[in-house]
Formats: sequence, C-alpha cells, structure tokens
Amino acid sequence: MHNSKTVEILVGLFVALGIAALFMLAMKVSNLSTFSGDNGYVIKARFENIGGLKVRSPVTVAGVRVGRISNIDFDNTTYEAVISMNIEGGYNTLPTDTSASIFTAGLLGEQYVALEPGGDEKYLQQGGEVRLTQSAIVLEQVIGQFLYSQAEGGDK
Amino acid sequence: MISVIRNLGKWGLGTFERLGRGHIFLYHILTGIPAVLARFGLLVQQMLSVGVLSLLIIVVSGFFVGMVLGLQGYNTLVDFGAEQSLGVVVALSLVRELGPVVASLLFAGRAGSALTAEIGLMKSTEQLSGMEMMAVDPIKRVIAPRFLAGFISLPLLATIFTAVGVIGGYFVGVGLLGVDDGAFWSQMQAKVDFSEDIMNGVIKSIVFGFVVTWIAVFEGYDCVPTSEGVSRATTRTVVHSSLAVLGLDFVLTALMFGNI
Repeated sequence: MHNSKTVEILVGLFVALGIAALFMLAMKVSNLSTFSGDNGYVIKARFENIGGLKVRSPVTVAGVRVGRISNIDFDNTTYEAVISMNIEGGYNTLPTDTSASIFTAGLLGEQYVALEPGGDEKYLQQGGEVRLTQSAIVLEQVIGQFLYSQAEGGDK
Repeated sequence: MISVIRNLGKWGLGTFERLGRGHIFLYHILTGIPAVLARFGLLVQQMLSVGVLSLLIIVVSGFFVGMVLGLQGYNTLVDFGAEQSLGVVVALSLVRELGPVVASLLFAGRAGSALTAEIGLMKSTEQLSGMEMMAVDPIKRVIAPRFLAGFISLPLLATIFTAVGVIGGYFVGVGLLGVDDGAFWSQMQAKVDFSEDIMNGVIKSIVFGFVVTWIAVFEGYDCVPTSEGVSRATTRTVVHSSLAVLGLDFVLTALMFGNI
C-alpha cells in the first residue's frame, strides 16, 4: 500500500485535473466565455416568414454577434412569427428604427438575424420591438420564381 | 411442459428477487455514506484505486478517440468543403456522447471488474463475515467508500476524457491536416453550449457513475463465494454495466436532445 500522504496528493491531483478539464471545456470549447445571459435585454421582431430560423440562432449587427434568438412564437391573429432576441447588455445603443432581416450564412449554412441600425436617437429598451423586418428568403420560392420567369421568357 | 413453465417462473422469481436485493443493498449503501464522510481516509484510499489508477487508460483512449474523430470527420467534411466545422463535430460528439459513454465502458472494464473481484474475494475468504463478527458493518466499512469513490471518479474521468479528446482532435485536425486554427475553436465555441451540451454530458456521466459502481459493488457482494462465482460475478459486472450504460444513454439522449 502507498504511503497515505502520497495517496492524498495523487487523489488531490486527480480531482484538480478533473476540475481543470471541466474548466477547459467551459472556457475553450463552449460559449460560456463569450456569452453572458444575465445582463442582456430582450427585444422582439415580427416576420412573415422565418424560414429555418431556430432558437439559439445568432443575432448580428454588422456581422458581429450581439445576441441569440431566445424564443420563437406564432401570433394567432396576424399570422406572423414573433421572435424574441436576447441581446447582450454591452450592446444597448440600438436605435428604435433598427431593421431586422433574416439571412443565410453561405448557400446552405444556418440562418441568422442581421440587425441594421437606423438613425433615431432613442434606443431600444427591454421588451422593445423592431418594426422594420424583412422575411427569410426561401430558396425553393426563389428557384420557383426563377424557373417561372424563364418559362415566361421562353414563350416569346 | 410443466417443467418449462416452472423453470420460467423460477427464473422470473430469481430475477425479481435479485433486483429487490439490489435495491435494498443500494439503500444500505446510501445510509452508510455519512459514515464514509466521517472517515475521509477510506474514501481517499478508494479514489486512488478506482479513479487515479484508471487515469492512464482514460487519457490514452480519449486522445486516440479524439484523433480518430478528427481524421474521420475531416475526410467526410472535406467533401462538402466544410472542414472548418471539424471542431464542432469533434467537440459535440465527444461532449454529448463519446465522452460519458466510452469513459463509462472503460471504467466498467477497468475499475468495475476490479471492485467486483475484490469484494467477491473478500466474501469468499470470509473477510466480510469476519467484520460482521467484530460488529463492523462491512457495507459501511468496505462497500460504501468504494461506491462513493466510483460515483465521484467517473464524472471526473469522463470530463478528462472529453477534454483530452478535443485536444486529440485539435492535434490531428489543425496540426496534421491543416484546418485553420481560429476556425476550429471559434466554430466550436459558437455551436457548443455550456448548459445544454456540456452540463448534459456531465449529468450523463454522473448517472453512469452511479449505475456502474452500483452494479459492480452489488455483483461483488452478492456473488456465490467460490472462485467460479467470483469470476462469473466479474463477467456479469462488465456485461450488465455496459448494457446499462448503453441503454440509459439512449434514454438520456432522448430526454435531453431528442425533443420527444
């Protein structure tokens, strides 16, 4: 049997290694280091069609990620999709006339919300709503329209 | 005909009886845990044999599993021009599935079988009855420290396995195959969520740690006290705990990620 002091040191190292591994996973592998959910605020936006947008999809301004989609809802009266975006607390100077569009990263990549700041001097607050929205481009519709216009052109 | 039905009944009763004994045994272990915490030295001793000595196999296999994931993931992703996502593939498969599951299977083979054999041999050499004669409760003195040690060690080992695996994937992907270093980590950080992915992986490993150690100590304590009985119990530990881990993994995955 080992000396009890060595045993304790080895076990201590083992536990420390386990905690260090968890710390590495938290900081280096996951988004814990970049995302702080506590001091953020939530804004809403209405879209006619959100395409393949999902909860936790990124929200960007000028290509920089400033938050995530926290909730996707459906409005029974207007038949629109209502999305809630959790914006990080540091980015609290989005004007009230900001517009939101749904884009796709690459041709087949995931969809995200891009915010385009306007010129208003008032800023969006907790629970504020983005009024100017542009729906997702659904690839099938675009292809359909393209084929349709091609066919029309061919008749002449 | 009657004898077939009778054998079936005997088998069923035996199974249920064992199952019941296992749960009563678990109850005794859990009530013995405060006594273990009072004698911390026992726990530390067991942590050494169960946890620290399993570290080598966990680290080496984690590294190789990570490297294989890196290679295979790269070969598949490069066809789609998406080799930048290699980090996500490696990290998500390790964090969600392979880390907890493979670490538990290795743990069942390395530490679970050793626990069963040790306790089984103590039983067959009548050390456990000897303790009872001296009014020492063997469950508190022998079983509970081993159970608690395994329960604590496996989540730590699984976390280490995952971290080493990610490093292995990084080594192959970035070091050998030339995936961009920044894209590897940043895509990984963008897609892996701490509470949804990493914590769920840790919860899985805690559940597996509980089940594997429970099976191991129960098989040892419940074995037929002969050399053949001990060897059978050891085999059963590895088989049953592997099956339990794989089955539970499906259930947990369905609950956590399956949207069922």
